[in-house]
Amino acid sequence: MEIPYTVEARPDTGVYNAKLGVWLFLASEVMLFGGLFSAYVLLRVGTPPELWPHGWLNVKLGTLNTVLLASSAITTLLAWAALKVKKFNHYRIYHGLTLLLAVAFLVIKSTEYNDKFHHYEIVQTDGKIADGHLVEKSADFDLVKKTGEVTLHHVRVVEKTEELADLRHAKPPGEGEVKIAAANIKKMQNYGPYHNNYLGIYFTLTILHALHILGGAIVIAFLWGPGSKMWKTEPERFTNRVEVSGLFWHFVDLVWIFLFPVLYLT
Amino acid sequence: MVTKMQSTTHATPHFQADHGHGAHHHDEGFWRTYVFSIDHKVIGIQYGITALAFLLFGFSLMLMMRWQIAHPGISIPLAGPLLEKLLGSVAAKGVMSPDLYNSFGAMHGTIMVFLAVVPLLSGMYGNYLVPLQIGANDMAFPRLNMMSYQFYFIGGIVMFASFFIPGGAAQAGWTSYPPLSEVIPTDGQTYWLIGMVFLITSSLLGSANIIATIVQLRAPGLTWMRLPFFVWSQFVASFLLLLAFPPLEAAGVMQLMDKVTGSSMFLPTGLSVGGKIANVAGGGNPLLWQHLFWFLAHPEVYVLILPALGIVAEVIANNTRKPLWGYKSLVYGSLGLGFMSFIVWAHHMYLTGMGTTIATFFQTTTMIISIPSVIILTCLLMSLWGGSIRFNTPMLFALAFLPMFGIGGLTGLPLGFSASDLHLHDTYYVIAHFHYVVAPGTIFAIFAGIYFWFPKASGRMMNEFWGRVHFWLSFIFMNLIFMPMFAQGLAGMSRRMSDGGVNYSASYFQANGIVAAGGLSNNIMYLNNTILWAAVGLGLAQIPFIINFFYSIFKGPRVTSDNPWQATTLEWQTPTPPGHGNFLTPPSVYRGPYEYSVPGHPVDFIAQDQPDKAKA
Amino acid sequence: MEKLLGLPPIAAEGGESVDQLIIYVHWLMIALFVGWITYFGLTLFRFRSSRNPRGDYQGVKNHASSYIEVAVAGVEVLLLVFVALPLWRTHAKDFPKKTDSTVIYVVAQQFAWNFRYADKDGEIGRQDMKFVTSDNLFGIDPADTSHKNAVQTLNEVHVPLGKPVIAYMSSKDVIHDFRIIAMRVAQDTIPGMRIPVHFTPTKEGRYQINCAQLCGNGHASMAQGFLVVESPEEFKKWMASKAGAATSFE
Ligand code: HEA
Ligand code: HEA
Ligand code: CUA
Ligand SMILES: [Cu+2]
Repeated sequence: MEIPYTVEARPDTGVYNAKLGVWLFLASEVMLFGGLFSAYVLLRVGTPPELWPHGWLNVKLGTLNTVLLASSAITTLLAWAALKVKKFNHYRIYHGLTLLLAVAFLVIKSTEYNDKFHHYEIVQTDGKIADGHLVEKSADFDLVKKTGEVTLHHVRVVEKTEELADLRHAKPPGEGEVKIAAANIKKMQNYGPYHNNYLGIYFTLTILHALHILGGAIVIAFLWGPGSKMWKTEPERFTNRVEVSGLFWHFVDLVWIFLFPVLYLT
Repeated sequence: MVTKMQSTTHATPHFQADHGHGAHHHDEGFWRTYVFSIDHKVIGIQYGITALAFLLFGFSLMLMMRWQIAHPGISIPLAGPLLEKLLGSVAAKGVMSPDLYNSFGAMHGTIMVFLAVVPLLSGMYGNYLVPLQIGANDMAFPRLNMMSYQFYFIGGIVMFASFFIPGGAAQAGWTSYPPLSEVIPTDGQTYWLIGMVFLITSSLLGSANIIATIVQLRAPGLTWMRLPFFVWSQFVASFLLLLAFPPLEAAGVMQLMDKVTGSSMFLPTGLSVGGKIANVAGGGNPLLWQHLFWFLAHPEVYVLILPALGIVAEVIANNTRKPLWGYKSLVYGSLGLGFMSFIVWAHHMYLTGMGTTIATFFQTTTMIISIPSVIILTCLLMSLWGGSIRFNTPMLFALAFLPMFGIGGLTGLPLGFSASDLHLHDTYYVIAHFHYVVAPGTIFAIFAGIYFWFPKASGRMMNEFWGRVHFWLSFIFMNLIFMPMFAQGLAGMSRRMSDGGVNYSASYFQANGIVAAGGLSNNIMYLNNTILWAAVGLGLAQIPFIINFFYSIFKGPRVTSDNPWQATTLEWQTPTPPGHGNFLTPPSVYRGPYEYSVPGHPVDFIAQDQPDKAKA
Repeated sequence: MEKLLGLPPIAAEGGESVDQLIIYVHWLMIALFVGWITYFGLTLFRFRSSRNPRGDYQGVKNHASSYIEVAVAGVEVLLLVFVALPLWRTHAKDFPKKTDSTVIYVVAQQFAWNFRYADKDGEIGRQDMKFVTSDNLFGIDPADTSHKNAVQTLNEVHVPLGKPVIAYMSSKDVIHDFRIIAMRVAQDTIPGMRIPVHFTPTKEGRYQINCAQLCGNGHASMAQGFLVVESPEEFKKWMASKAGAATSFE
């Protein structure tokens, strides 16, 4: 039993099944990210402007990641084009590159996450707020028992949290290390999703996006590796698969093109 | 059970004709054929069985709740001790605690909508019938189809399991409004969210599959305007699922972040629960959830009604022996309904402090959306005129659907005006409104469809007498359940009351020496009792159906023809039951879907794939 | 019709118009449904297969149904434009002046109602949820001492007859719904928001406040709240009996 139009396009609709399928899937993805973007907008307008963070993310890394994804968009396209002109080896190279770019993106993204989890805002008993990166906690550090101390570097010390919100034009924090005793700490929290709603929606959006990248990368890895056996038996169908995965990949890149300015630049 | 059913089908001659070397094929794998099958019909039946079980389960939850509403504080007969054994202190002495009541209420809504009715309409009917009716040999993506059933199944398991975790299942209503849903200190809500993510994924895969199948796999000659209306209804409903579910998925992920990581996207600053300041950053927006939820949930209600309308249209056309009246209006009406359903969502939120501009917009769109419904219902009604009406069981259910949906739909109008909703919001009037649409409405359509297509799927007929008994009892009891709720709602009785509203009743005031005006009258409170016994009656009325259903699978009279109802659409032109691959030879279509009683034609129907004799 | 629908008694100005709308819509619904069901019954009887063995390919040939559809749409438009929209305008936009009204601030909690009367200017001072503590339920900014003496009550609130009431709704934990059936008011109380409603009581009496939004396991029993409408003299007396009230409230 053969299902029609798995390979060739249906004349009156002009597409083969999988292509239509992926377009439908992408339509629903647009609604998914559309929902999240509107959530972002609502959260942002609901927050007093002086509290909404700016400049909290590393624009250089963000730009680098944008470049990586943009390049991977090109390489997927080239991979498909290579198959169209029956150059399987070129396909291998381009899709391999795509894969590497995807992995590089994920690596950079996880260093960014890591950075956030080591970034602490510490409210001290005298009301001052120290904000910086954790170097280490002493072995006996215990907030409840008030023993031990933490060491931070790249520290800013401010009077009110508002002063930490807009860092776009702030001068970089000092290099030196600062030690704070647990006894002097009223509250200590790293920059996880619970820190504020900006980080909440930042993590939600980017984790979901990263999962899409991961999923896409797995598909591409499959097509590059074991899946490419199909090239020998059903070259047309294989080319279609590459095309369809490429459509998905372009969508994921496109989402990032929206995420980058929304989260990093404004 | 599934095995047995299949082996019955195996005995029919057509199936063997299709698979000449059947025996060998059969040995090949029970798992492949029945459990991990990629045949759309097997998957459809899997959906059907699972979802019917959930339907029954959802109803049992409600039955216990109705007892507690009518008799607060009194142990539930039969079920009470069992609940206590299974769930422990929340059902101490066989009495539902308010926590348990809230769990059951939330899960009744969730189960009925997401685990029973949508899987029945889109999963069972969509899967089983769409490929058959368009003359395809399977869905466009069979493997994805299997996966969507599996996701559904896992989602169901997660939801079901949540009853047995400490603290029990979700308790914040099927709407899961934060902050409530996030501050209840149990994991039920987390299970709910995870379950929903599975169910949403399943729906997305399923709906994309149905759309792709309809677009790509129509048989030669089957143009858009020759599609049976049922296929159109599935098409529109699938688009609604495809596009409306993702925002809820987004919201679900955000709520999951709030629950699991401790973020506060839906929690405002300074929340203090039970005298303690909540340990969250705050700054979130509780209404954001409501917008995202209703953005799904309004289109969702049309997912619950459109395929039902499709089933009813098929049954009516067949049993009036004439074409549907206004086929084009039906099609455009459903498309209009589909479009509009995306911009009415906030009519569920009139009381959240809505300004005049937004209220004007949503009241207007709500009134506009009632028009296509009126058109659709009118077309179905007009279709009866001039027919030669056969009153068999499927037709009885289909006919009863019409006034029931009429009542449900019409009572949506006073809810659609913000000023009258002021009095009716969150009362039993709302409960009655939508149950009239989904229970004697959609569920009747589902019953109609089961009686109608049963001979195609099993090769045997269901018993007509017991079918009628099932119909009349269900019809009477459904109305006895839901009609009194209008009166209760108008009198001001709130929904989601674990004690049926005794604290607001006049007799309670009296007994406790409270001097206050108003209070629900004794008559209104007494209706709780009426409803309870009607619900018990409704439950008993399903026994003939369940027995009839299983008995007929094995012992019902064999059909003598592949087309026992003398129908025109393609699913009846296959062997009975259809084998893997459906059609013996790929069909071609020469005419519209409802060529009944064509003047000058000797028999009163012409199948869609019958070539024009005149020309031949 | 009111009787038929069993709408509860009204004790506030403007309550009639809410009921009026409900009644109009129900007239429309009943008219449609009765016409519809009559036609339905007749058709089923007339075209049963024993009486009409062969169907008619054409069916209905006239356009009566289109006219009915247009008429339905027309009536809906009329109701919308001339009744529903103006009514909502009065409800949600046309507020009486604060200085002419009894102004109350409401904070709902699991599972009780807190009330605080405003000063003459209709204010209670700067409010923010971040200041909420167990002895500052209304989250009044400690730095704002302008409105110290307002009266605060739990679960029972009194208002004078015939004077408009403006009530600001909020909540400190989950969403509740402040609903007084006889006044035909209902408003969700949403934490983090402060939403006003208004009504003018026209009948003395003691009215129960319904919590009409699922708010947890005590939802069904969150029924201890009462609104007492009394004559202005009695109201004054009651106010005076509340400690510290005399200074700030007339
Ligand atoms: C399948 C389900 C379904 C359907 C089809 C509808 C249809 C409609 N619904 Fe309903 N609704 C729900 C399911 C549904 N609803 C649910 C589940 C809720 C509550 C959720 C919750 O809070 O938990 C709800 C709640 C709900 C509310 C919120 C109430 C509140 O919470 O206060 C509103 C308000 O506008 C509303 C309006 C409508 C309207 C205007 C329609 C219209 O589409 C109806 C149109 C139909 C008609 C107008 C009738 C047809 C016409 C005739 C009878 C023909 C007569 C004419 C001639 C002969 C010419 N619904
Ligand atoms: C599709 C949706 C759907 C359906 C079909 C139903 C069906 C029913 N519902 Fe429910 N209901 C909801 C969706 C639905 N409900 C929702 C969303 C809510 C709101 C929840 C909330 O507050 O959050 C609600 C709330 C709700 C309440 C209000 C509770 C409260 O506010 O406290 C009540 C009260 O009576 C009720 C009753 C019923 C009854 C008696 C039925 C009956 O009609 C059920 C009829 C079904 C049967 C009789 C079972 C038949 C079974 C078979 C035939 C099985 C056969 C099996 C095999 C062959 C294997 N429902
Ligand atoms: Cu408070 Cu319900
Ligand atoms: Cu709706």
